[in-house]
Amino acid sequence: MSLPIAPKPAHRRFHQARWDEPVIFELSTPGERGVLVTSIEPGVRDAVGDVVAALPDGLARQAAPALPEMGQMRVLKHYLRLSQENLGADFNVDVGQGTCTMKYAPKVNERLIATPKLSAMHPLQDPADAQGALEIIWRTERMLAEISGMDEVSLHTQGGSAAIWANIAMIRAYHEANGDGEQRREVITTIFSHPSNAAAAKAAGYDVITLHPDADGYPDLAALKRALSPRTAAIMVTNPEDTGIYNPAIREWVDAAHAVGALASYDQANANGILGITRARDAGFDVCHFNVHKTFGTPHGSGGPGTGANAVSAALAPFLPGPRVVREGDRYEVREAGPQSIGAIGPFHGVVPNIVRAYAWMMALGAEGLRAVAETAVLNNNYLMKRILEIPGASAPYATGRRRIEQVRYSWQELFEETGITSEEIGIRASDFGMHYWTSHHPYVVPQPFTLEPTESYSKAELDEYADVLAEIAREARETPEVVRTAPHHQTVHHTHHDDLDDPERWAVTWRAYRRKYPQAVGA
Amino acid sequence: MNRPFVHPYIPNTAPDVRAEMLDTVGAASVEDFYADVPADLRLGRDLDLPEPLVAEQDLARHVSGLLARNVPTTERLSFLGQGTYHHHVPAVVDEVIGRSEFLTAYAGEPYEDHGRFQALWQYQSLMGELLSMDVVNVPTYDGFQATATGLAMAGRITGRRRVLVASDVLPAKLSKVRDYVRVHLDLEFVDPVEGTADVAAIVARLGDDVAAIWVETPSRTGAVEHRLQALADAAHAVGAILVVGTDPVGYGVLTPPAEQGADIVCGDIQSLGLHQWYGGAHGGFIAVHDDPRFVMEMPSRLFGLATTDVPGEVGFGDVAYDRTSFAHREEGKEWVGTAAALWGIAAGVHLALMGPQGMRELGEVLLARTAYAQRALGAIPGIRLTDRAVHLREFAIDVAGAGLTASGIVTALRAEGIEPGVPAGEHELVVCVTETTSQADIDRLAAAVTGLVAASAAEAASTLDPIAEPEEHRA
Repeated sequence: MSLPIAPKPAHRRFHQARWDEPVIFELSTPGERGVLVTSIEPGVRDAVGDVVAALPDGLARQAAPALPEMGQMRVLKHYLRLSQENLGADFNVDVGQGTCTMKYAPKVNERLIATPKLSAMHPLQDPADAQGALEIIWRTERMLAEISGMDEVSLHTQGGSAAIWANIAMIRAYHEANGDGEQRREVITTIFSHPSNAAAAKAAGYDVITLHPDADGYPDLAALKRALSPRTAAIMVTNPEDTGIYNPAIREWVDAAHAVGALASYDQANANGILGITRARDAGFDVCHFNVHKTFGTPHGSGGPGTGANAVSAALAPFLPGPRVVREGDRYEVREAGPQSIGAIGPFHGVVPNIVRAYAWMMALGAEGLRAVAETAVLNNNYLMKRILEIPGASAPYATGRRRIEQVRYSWQELFEETGITSEEIGIRASDFGMHYWTSHHPYVVPQPFTLEPTESYSKAELDEYADVLAEIAREARETPEVVRTAPHHQTVHHTHHDDLDDPERWAVTWRAYRRKYPQAVGA
Repeated sequence: MNRPFVHPYIPNTAPDVRAEMLDTVGAASVEDFYADVPADLRLGRDLDLPEPLVAEQDLARHVSGLLARNVPTTERLSFLGQGTYHHHVPAVVDEVIGRSEFLTAYAGEPYEDHGRFQALWQYQSLMGELLSMDVVNVPTYDGFQATATGLAMAGRITGRRRVLVASDVLPAKLSKVRDYVRVHLDLEFVDPVEGTADVAAIVARLGDDVAAIWVETPSRTGAVEHRLQALADAAHAVGAILVVGTDPVGYGVLTPPAEQGADIVCGDIQSLGLHQWYGGAHGGFIAVHDDPRFVMEMPSRLFGLATTDVPGEVGFGDVAYDRTSFAHREEGKEWVGTAAALWGIAAGVHLALMGPQGMRELGEVLLARTAYAQRALGAIPGIRLTDRAVHLREFAIDVAGAGLTASGIVTALRAEGIEPGVPAGEHELVVCVTETTSQADIDRLAAAVTGLVAASAAEAASTLDPIAEPEEHRA
C-alpha cells in the first residue's frame, strides 16, 4: 500500500496567516506587567531620597505615557502573530525585489553573532579587550579593498544610502581642500541610479543633473560629455544600472569626468553580478560603496539595520569617516579621524553585528566562492529572463538580444495595453501565490515596470516556480482580469485605500493621532 | 583532485543544473553573460582573499575564536556611556526580532508584509505616547542622523540659517551634524551654565534670522535641561523652532519635551531594548506634531492606518509617499534608504513590555542610581561634580583637585577590571550608570577611585616634602 500522496497543484496554495490581530493598544489590560524593573536598593534610596519629588518645577511627568499594559506572554504572542503576517526572504522565492539583492543570510552567522562577546561589548572599552571585534573590522575592510581594488575602506555607514551620503561628503571635502569647493557645484547622475544618489547630492548642496539613457538603454556618453564642465564636482553612477545593463563605456565615463577635474563615484548596489569579475578601481573610479546587507549576505531586517562600505583611492583616504581601526604589529588599535576626515558619519564603528556577518559570509566563500556568487547570479538572471520573456505580454526594454548582468527591469506594457491590468496589480496578485514582486523606482521610465533580481541563492526549481506564477497571473489578466484587479485574496488584509494616507486631515501616523482624529472609532 | 565547486549557499553550483540552465539560455558558458565588460576591465585572476572555510564547523570555530578574544562588559565593571548604553534587554525582544519573518523581510507590500507594517506603525505609536507627539518616523540610522535631519528640517521650514546650540553635545554627534548641515545652516554655540542652557544669553542672541534653538537633553554629560519651556517661548517669539535632541529612556518620569514647547524631538533608540553591539545598534527617531508644515519636511518613511475593501479592517501604508526621495529623487527633501527598521520593532516590543509603570520605574531607578553615584564620587576628597544640574544616567567629575588625570584613572582602574568612564578632557571623566549598575557596583567604583586618590595624595606628599619624612621610616 502506498501512502496517499496527492499530486501537487501547479502553484502553491499559499495563504498568509490571519489573526485579526488588534492594534496593540487595544490589548491593554490595566495592571498587567510585561517585565519588571530592578528595585532601587534601600541604601540608595536612603542616600538620595525621592528623586522624582526633587525634580525642578515642571520636569516631573504628570500623566504616565499611555503605553499598553500587557503580560509578557501576551506581548510575545501579539508580535509572533504579526511575524506570521509577514513574508520574509526565508519563506518566499524573493527574487522580485530588484536592486535589493535578496539572498540567503546564513543561519550560522546569526548563531555566531549572538554571543555576549559581541552584543555586550561597549565601543569605548579598552581596545585590548576588543581585539576580536577590531580584527574582524580590519580584516573585513582589507577584503573589501581587494574586492573593489581600492586602497582604503571604511565600514562606518549604516546602510547603502548612508554610504552614498559619505561618498558625496568626501567628494565635497576633497574639492574644498583643493580650493575647488566654490566652483564645483554640480553632480551628474543617471535616471537608472538609485534615487539616493540624486537626493544625497542635493542634501549636500549640489545642483543635480540627471541623464537619461540612449536608445539602446546604455548610459549616454555623449549626454555626459555635454553635461560635464569645470562646475562638475562628481559623477555618481551605478554599473550595471537598475536595468541590469552593464555600461561598456564606463572607463570613458570616468576619464571624461576626470578630464574636467571631477571625481567619479561608483554606487555598487548592483555589484552582486561582478564580484571578482571587474573592480571599481580597474575602471578608474575614485570612490565606491557597497551595500553590505545586499551583496555580502547580512539579513535585511525589515528595512535595516544595513551596513555600507566606502572604498576609496589613496587620494581620498584622508577624507574617510573615523575613527579608523589600525593594525600595529599584531595588535589592533583605534585611531581618531584625521584633520581632513568628514568625521563621524554615525556612532563609533558602524553596525558591528552586520560587519561580523559579512566577514563570516566572505570567509565561507573565499575568492572562488565570490566568483561563483557573481557567475551564478548572472546565470540565474539570464535563465529567468529567458523564462519571463516567454510569457506573452512581458518584455525587457532596451538592449534587445543582449545579456544582462544581475537583474532586469521588465515591462508589462503589452499586457497592459491588451488587458488594462497594471504592473502594480500583478505584483499584488503575486503575493497570493506567496511571492513578492516590486515594480521600479519612480519615475517609471520603463512603462508598467517590474524588476527581478534572482541572485545566486535561488535554485532552478524556484526560478521556474516564480516564472510559472507570473505566467499564471498573465493568463488570469486575460481570462479572469477581475481576479487580478481585486487582489489580494489570500492575504491578511485586503486592498488598502491609499487616499487615507495622503490627506493631512485623515492620515494617522500614530495611535495617539488616530484617537484624536477618529474619536468615534475608538469609542471615545 | 579537482572537485567541482558546489557551495551550500549557492544551489545552482550543482554541475548538471548549471549545464542545463546554460543550455536553456543558449550560452556556451557564463562568460557569455559578461560580453559587455571590456577585456581591459576584467580582473583576469582570482581575488586575493584568505582561504575560505567552506565547512560550517570550520567557519564557526574561526569566527568564534576571534570573538573569544573580546572581553565584554559582562566580564568587566563598566561605567561607559557617551552614546551607547548598557541597559537590560528583555528576552522577548530578542525572540521577536530574531524571527526569520522580521529578520529577513525587506520591502514587501502592505499585503504580504502586513505584520511588518503593523509592527512599525506600533513602534511609531508607542514612541508617540512616550514622547507625547503625534508623528514619529520609521527609524532612520541613528540619533546623529535624526538630529541632523531635525535641524535641516528647521532650516527648510523657516528659510533661515542660524542655529543656536544651547547644550554640550557629544563630539561625534556634533561632527556628524556639523558636516551634514553646514551648507544650509550655521551653528552658533552658547555655552551652558551649570550644565544646562544659558537662557538669558540665548535670548540675547535670538533674532528673526534664527532657524532653531538646538537643545540636547540629557546633554553630553547627562545634564537634564529644565527650562525648555522658556527656550520654546523665546524661539517661537521670533518664529524659530525648538529642536530637542534627546534619549527617550527617561520619559516615563520626566516631562516629554513636546509638553514644554518643543517642535521637533529627535534622538536615538538604542536605550530602548537594544544591546550595545560594540556601538553597532542604533536607530534614530524624529517626532513632530501633526502639522503638515513639519510632516512634509520629514524625509523618512511614515506608516499610517488605512481602510481596506473590507469594512472595519485596518490596513497600513506609506503616509505622503510623495515627500520622499523614492518618489522625487533630487526633489526629495533628503534621502531615504535602508536604515534601522528592525531596531524600531525591537524598541516597540520593549516599550510594550515595559508599559507605563515599567518606564516610570526605569526612569526613577536611573535618576536614583545617578544621584547616588554622584554623591559617592563627589564625596571623595579632591573630586568634584562639574555642575549642579539634575542628571540622568551620566555625569562628569573633575579630578584635578585629587592630582589625577581622567586617562590616568581609566588606565589604573582597567587593571582592576573596571571601566570607570570616558575621559572628556584632561581632568574630566564622564561616568555612566544604568539600571544594570547596582549600588554595590557604584560602591566598588567609589572605593577604587578613593584608593587612587589616596595613593596620589601619598605620592604627592612624598614628592613635595621628602625631607620631612622621619628617618626611621625610610627603606
